[in-house]
Amino acid sequence: MSELLSMVQWQTLDTWIVVVGALCGMSCALLGTFLVLRRMSMMGDAISHAVLPGLAIAFLVAGSRGSLVMLVGAGVVGLLTAVFTQWIHRAGRVDEGASMGVVFTVLFAIGLILIVHVAEHGSDELGRAAGVDLDPRCVLQGALEMVHLYPVTLFGVSAPRAFWITAAVFIANVAIVALLYKELKISAFDPALATSLGISADWMHYLLMTLVAITTVVAFESVGSILVIAMLIVPAAAAHLLTDRLGSMLGLAMIIAVIAAVTGHWSAINVPSWVGFDGQSASTAGMIAVVSGLVFSLALLLAPRRGIVSQILNRLALSVRVAREDALGLLLRAEERGGTLTPTELRGAVRATGAGSGAVSWALHQLQRQQLVRHDSGRLQLTVAGKARATELLRSHRLWETYVEEHFHLPTDHVHGPAERLEHVTDPALRERLADTLANPTHDPHGRPIPPNDAT
Amino acid sequence: MMLHQNRPLVSDEASKPSAPEVVQRTADPVATGAEHPETAPLSMHDVTVAYHRKPVLWDVDFDAPEGHLIGIVGPNGAGKSTLLKAVLDLVPRVSGIVTIFGRPYRTQRQRVGYVPQRESVDWDFPVSALDVVTMGRYGRIGWFKPVGRADKEAAHAALDRVGMADYAKRQISQLSGGQQQRVFLARALAQEADLYLMDEPFAGVDAATEKAIIRILQELREKRRTVLVVHHDLQTVPEYFDHVVLLNMRVVAQGPTSEVFTPENLRKTYGGRLTLLEEAAHAIKRGGHG
Repeated sequence: MSELLSMVQWQTLDTWIVVVGALCGMSCALLGTFLVLRRMSMMGDAISHAVLPGLAIAFLVAGSRGSLVMLVGAGVVGLLTAVFTQWIHRAGRVDEGASMGVVFTVLFAIGLILIVHVAEHGSDELGRAAGVDLDPRCVLQGALEMVHLYPVTLFGVSAPRAFWITAAVFIANVAIVALLYKELKISAFDPALATSLGISADWMHYLLMTLVAITTVVAFESVGSILVIAMLIVPAAAAHLLTDRLGSMLGLAMIIAVIAAVTGHWSAINVPSWVGFDGQSASTAGMIAVVSGLVFSLALLLAPRRGIVSQILNRLALSVRVAREDALGLLLRAEERGGTLTPTELRGAVRATGAGSGAVSWALHQLQRQQLVRHDSGRLQLTVAGKARATELLRSHRLWETYVEEHFHLPTDHVHGPAERLEHVTDPALRERLADTLANPTHDPHGRPIPPNDAT
Repeated sequence: MMLHQNRPLVSDEASKPSAPEVVQRTADPVATGAEHPETAPLSMHDVTVAYHRKPVLWDVDFDAPEGHLIGIVGPNGAGKSTLLKAVLDLVPRVSGIVTIFGRPYRTQRQRVGYVPQRESVDWDFPVSALDVVTMGRYGRIGWFKPVGRADKEAAHAALDRVGMADYAKRQISQLSGGQQQRVFLARALAQEADLYLMDEPFAGVDAATEKAIIRILQELREKRRTVLVVHHDLQTVPEYFDHVVLLNMRVVAQGPTSEVFTPENLRKTYGGRLTLLEEAAHAIKRGGHG
């Protein structure tokens, strides 16, 4: 019975919570992408605090908490924050972060004073209205769970007031980003060129900051001031790790925002009962931020190129390849001297070049599987294919030794090291250009023969 | 502000609309050029730029002759980059007049191509090489309009011209320094300008790229484009540039490389002792803080 009830609640309330959370998140992700790319992530933080006096003044002037009035107030003060920050930064030669800190704390303080003033001297109705905004819980976390309390009927549809506002702001943001896509892109990437082409990077900056201020205020009401930062920055930062095109970064950031809203609300309902708080639910806004953080961590770990795991794998693959090539070279040199090596001797020799024992074992395993090396009564021998590959490597190595000695005038006993590193990155084209440059030498600085190109 | 006798009207030019024969681009390249200084690709008159009261450029007088490769040479902090930015209205001028083909820059944006220093942008930005080159077309495309097929093709052609067609789809952080510089050059080419301003296009590039870039600059000169290049390597100045501007806050010397690029002038530009002007600048700076 209670389960049935919670199902009913999901349909009426939870859907709206998720929809409003997702709309807020997508609006923030869209703008946050440009903040992250302009390395101005903290500007979102600054503006979300600085809009407070804007809200208070708008409230004092208009005497109401009407959404439009609040948005105008927020937009104006958000723009002022950006202008003041820029001005202090340039005129006062103050670091941009510091000037941001000065501006937003001062504005935030003014906002607090104004609101307290309204609460004490305004009429009772106004005072309480303003006081509600200052409820610490509400400022930090918003009131996403209460969206359904203020239904508004528009176009014959009854939906929570927060839905209409967040939807309008989302559509406005999408429209502006779509319309000014290339202008936003160029002024984020290369402000100097943008300005020289007549697309003033300063004006684009102010436009973006105004949008951030308006979006922040809307999100403020639903998810609270702290979590706005999570919505602005985290999905965009995660998307930046996952893609290398601006268009897909914008799309991915919005998808992550939706995932965070859905999963965040779902876990707000369910996670507390797992950890023993039956019958309670956590703050949805808080959980949205937590889920965003988790998505970011996953991206940081698993992103295809920039992720930690892929970087570790790349490094491992490289060290195995180097160990494999070193093993081939060592076997060929042993053959040159008329000998062979036991697996233990080869292992030791490759380890001596600096390879880890895991990499060496894996490299020897690969060489045998690829039939480049044969294990024959306790000794290791190169197969025909293995010898061909090893000869190429030896040729690269000895050509590089010759080159390094000739061009950098290093003593003969110093040329092995550089050649050892260079041989692993030398492709056939580079090798033959090298040979041409050196006029096809036959012997390296140590007097050992350089295998000719057609030896393979 | 003193007026030069040979150009008495120059201070009026910015305010009053230029005469039609000055505005019009002459089809015959021989008819334009140095003999008409008021239609010079770039004319700077008494330009002074200061950052926080400290002068960076002082009284710069300079006419760029059309169809030449012009090197801007001087020590660090001589104001070379600032000179380019002053032309592009990227830094406020304390005084002076800059005209592009006889008219203010803001009316001539499409005739000027700009290559900023490579380090001035974030190469981790999520765009491809082709995206970056396409940005050179944004001024032509105009506000609000999306990038069209013709502009994409022009960007492709520009990439091809610098030998980077195969890298069009690469994200720009995956390019080497030399390749990034080529992309910047391609972007300027995509601007299809008549005057190019390039800030150290040879900085940190490999020898092959340097040769490729200089070849393209020479092609531009053959088409009577004017190219100003901020350059650091004194060794290659006579080889690369037919004109040179020796700059150290003010113009020490300017003219054909063979006449101007002399040890005497270089000593004046790079000289160890402070010039009187620099001493004055220091005094101003001290006064500004006092």
